[in-house]
Amino acid sequence: MSKPLTSQPRRTRGWTVLFAGAAAALALLLGGLPAHADDAASATETEAVSAPAAADLAGILAAFAAADFSTKDQLISQLATLHDPRARPILQALLDGHLETRSSDGKVFIVEEYGDALKLTDPLTSTAAGDGKPDDFERIRSNNALRKTLKVAIAQLELADTDPAVRIAAVKQMRRDIDDSTVASLRAAFGSEQNPKVKHEIAVALALADLAATDVDARLAAVNALDGEAATDVYNALMPLLGDADGKGIETDPKVRAAVIAAVHHINLWRGFYQVLDTLFFGLSLGSVLVLSSIGLAITFGVMGVINMAHGELMMLGAYTAYVVQQLMPNHIGLSIAVAIPAAFLVSGLAGVAIERSIVRFLYGRPLETLLATFGLSLILQQLVRSIFSPLNRSVTTPEWMSGLWQINDLFSLTYNRLYIVIFTLLVFGALLLVMNRTSLGLKVRAVAQNRSMAKAMGVRTERIDALTFGLGSGIAGIAGVALSQLTNVGPNLGQSYIIDSFMVVVFGGVGNLWGTLISGMSLGIINKLLEPYAGAVFAKILVLVFLILFIQRRPKGLFPQKGRAAEGH
Amino acid sequence: MKAPLIKSFGFSRTLLAATTALGLFAANAQAADDTIKVGVLHSLSGTMAISETTLKDTVLMMIDEQNKKGGVLGKKLEAVVVDPASNWPLFAEKAAELLEKDKVSVVFGCWTSVSRKSVLPVFEKDNGLLFYPVQYEGEESSKNVFYTGAAPNQQAIPAVDYLMKDLKVKRWVLEGTDYVYPRTTNKILEAYLKAKGVAASDILINYTPFGFSDWQSEVSKIKAFGSAGKKTAVVSTINGDANVPFYKELGNEKISAEDIPVVAFSVGEEELSGVDTKPLLGHLAAWNYFESIKSPANSEFIKTWHTFIKNDKRTTNDPMEATYIGFNLWVKAVKKAGTTDTTKVIATLPGLETANLTGGSAKVLPNHHITKPVYIGEIRDDGQFDIVWQTKAEVAGDAWSDYLPGSKDLEADWVTLKCGNYNTKTKKCVGQTN
Amino acid sequence: MRTSSPLMTLLFGDFGSRVFYALLLAMLIVVPLLNLGVTETSALHLSTYTVTLLGKYLTYALMAVAVDLIWGYCGILSLGHTAFFALGGYAMGMYLMRQIGTRGVYGDPLLPDFMVFLNWKELPWYWLGFNHAAFALLMVLLAPGALAFCFGWLAFRSRVTGVYLSIITQALTYALMLAFFRNEMGFGGNNGLTDFKEILGFDIHLASTRIGLFVASGIALGLGYTACRAIAVSRAGRVVQAIRDAESRTRFIGYRVENYKMWLFTFSAVLSGIAGALYVPQVGIINPGEFGPINSIEVVIWVAVGGRNTLYGPVLGAFVVNFAKTYLTAALPEVWLYALGALFVVVTLFLPQGIVGLVKQLLEKRR
Repeated sequence: MSKPLTSQPRRTRGWTVLFAGAAAALALLLGGLPAHADDAASATETEAVSAPAAADLAGILAAFAAADFSTKDQLISQLATLHDPRARPILQALLDGHLETRSSDGKVFIVEEYGDALKLTDPLTSTAAGDGKPDDFERIRSNNALRKTLKVAIAQLELADTDPAVRIAAVKQMRRDIDDSTVASLRAAFGSEQNPKVKHEIAVALALADLAATDVDARLAAVNALDGEAATDVYNALMPLLGDADGKGIETDPKVRAAVIAAVHHINLWRGFYQVLDTLFFGLSLGSVLVLSSIGLAITFGVMGVINMAHGELMMLGAYTAYVVQQLMPNHIGLSIAVAIPAAFLVSGLAGVAIERSIVRFLYGRPLETLLATFGLSLILQQLVRSIFSPLNRSVTTPEWMSGLWQINDLFSLTYNRLYIVIFTLLVFGALLLVMNRTSLGLKVRAVAQNRSMAKAMGVRTERIDALTFGLGSGIAGIAGVALSQLTNVGPNLGQSYIIDSFMVVVFGGVGNLWGTLISGMSLGIINKLLEPYAGAVFAKILVLVFLILFIQRRPKGLFPQKGRAAEGH
Repeated sequence: MKAPLIKSFGFSRTLLAATTALGLFAANAQAADDTIKVGVLHSLSGTMAISETTLKDTVLMMIDEQNKKGGVLGKKLEAVVVDPASNWPLFAEKAAELLEKDKVSVVFGCWTSVSRKSVLPVFEKDNGLLFYPVQYEGEESSKNVFYTGAAPNQQAIPAVDYLMKDLKVKRWVLEGTDYVYPRTTNKILEAYLKAKGVAASDILINYTPFGFSDWQSEVSKIKAFGSAGKKTAVVSTINGDANVPFYKELGNEKISAEDIPVVAFSVGEEELSGVDTKPLLGHLAAWNYFESIKSPANSEFIKTWHTFIKNDKRTTNDPMEATYIGFNLWVKAVKKAGTTDTTKVIATLPGLETANLTGGSAKVLPNHHITKPVYIGEIRDDGQFDIVWQTKAEVAGDAWSDYLPGSKDLEADWVTLKCGNYNTKTKKCVGQTN
Repeated sequence: MRTSSPLMTLLFGDFGSRVFYALLLAMLIVVPLLNLGVTETSALHLSTYTVTLLGKYLTYALMAVAVDLIWGYCGILSLGHTAFFALGGYAMGMYLMRQIGTRGVYGDPLLPDFMVFLNWKELPWYWLGFNHAAFALLMVLLAPGALAFCFGWLAFRSRVTGVYLSIITQALTYALMLAFFRNEMGFGGNNGLTDFKEILGFDIHLASTRIGLFVASGIALGLGYTACRAIAVSRAGRVVQAIRDAESRTRFIGYRVENYKMWLFTFSAVLSGIAGALYVPQVGIINPGEFGPINSIEVVIWVAVGGRNTLYGPVLGAFVVNFAKTYLTAALPEVWLYALGALFVVVTLFLPQGIVGLVKQLLEKRR
């Protein structure tokens, strides 16, 4: 959003002016249709119609400061009628919540947060107007109805944009809310549109509008034009023509009805196909969360044999680290995640080393007693964050680059945060594999795990390796915590909700085998998501657990059992 | 084993030792006569600590304020705080401890339905007095409990009315956490919607477990259900922790409030303070109180709260208002009755009225519920709500829903009928009477 | 040992057992006396609240003994024993629900309240029969027993051992918890079963009923303890301990290891079920939270704190930890988790044999 909107070059052509006039008329119409009109609101609305006759930009802007929602709705419409190139950035700023009034003189600015200060832009001159303090300004608020009006108003202005992608987005936005006036402006744009892709989108929009035509041939043509389109709004428009449960609203003409059935059938085929892809992706992303939360445990529990019940709390520490880092650098949310990852590794890793040195090292060879001690520790850690950060959940902001949707086509899209977490999991896994198999530390870790006394005899400082290994596992738990902070609550209970699943994943994969952990996590995730549509979320999970119990009967040491004498140690 | 040792630990001496040990347990509760004890039964640890700790602080603040005014009946109030640790059997045990051992005059407490159900028999047996400050599923009226939170007709039904009339919603997703409050609320709403002519195929009911965090499939199900050419809304009774990942997923899937609005019954200012509100913008919540409502009482309350908690950033919320109302009602009743004796206080309470924080008043009804205004707010980017709709007057809480077959004939009236579940058809009172 | 009769050996064979029996008997005599025999105003009066609390501890102690039998003597660490405890509890809870009869808030003679407001039309088949105390009692024994038997049959024959076994027992109780949370299951979902009125015709809230339940819990603990000791000192018990110390060797000698484990596990589960059945009427509620995997870990901790492989140690552990919990949640509500957590850490680090081990050491020194 930081791109200065005002600097975009604009050409004013004859038809643009014409179009803007039409848009203005439309916006007025829209403005007259408030989505929710309680008594108080409609009272002010009638006043508003007569009140601000300020036809110039400055007058309208000034009126925003004191306006209520329905008045604002009117003002937006008036803004659009001005066919002034400055109107669009103002509307956009209002939509984004960047339009603010200065308390001292009621003057309106487009603001941009800049450190602790606000960078001001004068909407009238489109020039920078210095800095301001956030406390001196009040945001001009919008609500649902207003945002909808705004989006449509902006879309109509955007139909004249030079960038085809913007025009396509504008058409799609307008398609969500088709009425006579939208159709009029779309028809106007259709004639002059040169770009074939944009033209196609407009054609679809017009066909959607024609579905309601009284003329049978027009309806048939529209349905035929829509056949092969897979977009959700097309589906939305076609479905009601098949009638609801009581057969209400059904298409009367048999030919058109047959065409609708065919078109819907085609869409359903595609929808079915992409649904399977969706489910697989859901499974993978759930799987990566499982892998991420259990891979640290695969080290502390799998390699070292410590039943670390505090593993969840080490993840929690990582998540809180992400929160603290974000508090320290509030203006660089995007960067804060990148900083939080090493920070969380250090915090949880050091906590892990401390735990190993103070508690776990006295308990080697007694795995079940490590369970008791670390369980006590997990209670202490939970209460500790409750005392420091309060029992309330903390808010970790998702950076821009991690939010949103990668729309691959009309029916298939992947959410960015899930996608990044899948990638991130694979990166962490790869890095860990590298450390374990390609570094001297990894070699020593494996040596100590396999035969402690022999390793000692060869000069490995086993105590130091123990501490480092536990620290490594804990550090990775911390990194997992950062990832979880993007998906779920950051609170004292974060760890508890993952600990049981983590143990299941490690045991299913085979204790002491990193690849096993990866494969088991991913497959449990996918199985879970495949079952979910049929069995429901809870029952799917129960089925997975039962499957796990039965699987362990078949293979008591997990998917990839450790072989050889070292295996007996566990 | 050698003989002398056994003798030295003879049977009689063991008995004596045991008796002494048990003496430790003996509750010689000598209630100090110069204070009135007020029990606080909210979880301070475990999963519910997130919500309940705030209410504990609210009660402590109210006690503090009351003591500054000289207490009640010339005595200072003394808080007895216990931690039932989000463990439901422990709630019953701690309730018994408060009533039998500490002999408190009144208890403010509980959040979840199951905790209330757990302590209910204890309060009825010991003739205690509980103020329950959270919106709940109804279907209950105990002589010993006053429900200062909303019953379904004070929250769910007005919210659905708003969606139906003002937003022209035609298709409904009732999404909830799998426990009794969402189950009952959704049963009521389903019956209500059907009575309003909504077809069964236009209602999707779905439940997820507590603390559910992987919303991908559920949200895509909602998205698919919403793509049938009719305005769709989600009525969410999703509980606490599961909300953040739910809204995050909605935001990532670009389901905005303009397309499919979500109206939530369990998401308030406090919950939002732990959330990045950007993806939630414009979604709705229905409550009887919002922090953003402008009234002198509310500003005063917020100010007192900030001073008490020593943090200007802390929000207030609906259950806090319910606690505030409950506390003030109790003080009024004690003053009027001239005693803290629970039987007398309970008899005094119905009919009493106290100011709420939104400029209206809360009146105790014979069914032990109170009157409350209903507000619907749109989530703003600062975690507060813009009020978009409100009822013209306070709505009276209904203990037994008119939309459930099992309960539509039941009526609660502790003043004339002296019964919490009087069957108007059979003219009989089942269950607790007095 | 020079004692004459085998029964005497069993009962009074070691010092710890003697103390246990003495204390239990003392409790069973003194507590009812102090509650019913002493007027309420007296300083010596024991409130019904305390009686119920002690009764609860007794059921916990029985549970701890059951866990010690398999962990201390056979080396099977079950992290899912609360599953059996809760199943026993649910069987009892269903009986108590059916005893409510028409006194529920809806006055339905057959259906429990939660079924009425969720529009259930008839009683599910698995609720049939629970109106008879004898049938309910049978189910208290059978439900946990059958589950444990099936589970043990599968797990021990496949030679699932050590940590793997611990984790799948945890999966078992976790799966059951999720299942019982589901309202469709017909066990009241998250709210579970509550608002009981009477047991065997006695008002459940009366002090005398509470005393009865307390005494019943005490007797159950005494009998359960004796049975566990009988197993421990028997020939089979020695095989079991051999399995704990060297499983493969025992198998090679020719013992059917899996059978010993299976039956011991089942017996322990039945004991837990009885404990659960006695627990429910005293606390007045049973809900899926009782299946919680964390609860199972807590039981193991009682055993460890008291001192495992002794049977009386776990009894002591259950009392100490739970008394600490009761006391601390009231006295120091904000910080009690620190204290409890620290207790677990300290015990595992410094008292590997639990409190009993410490006492033994001290006695040893004095001699």
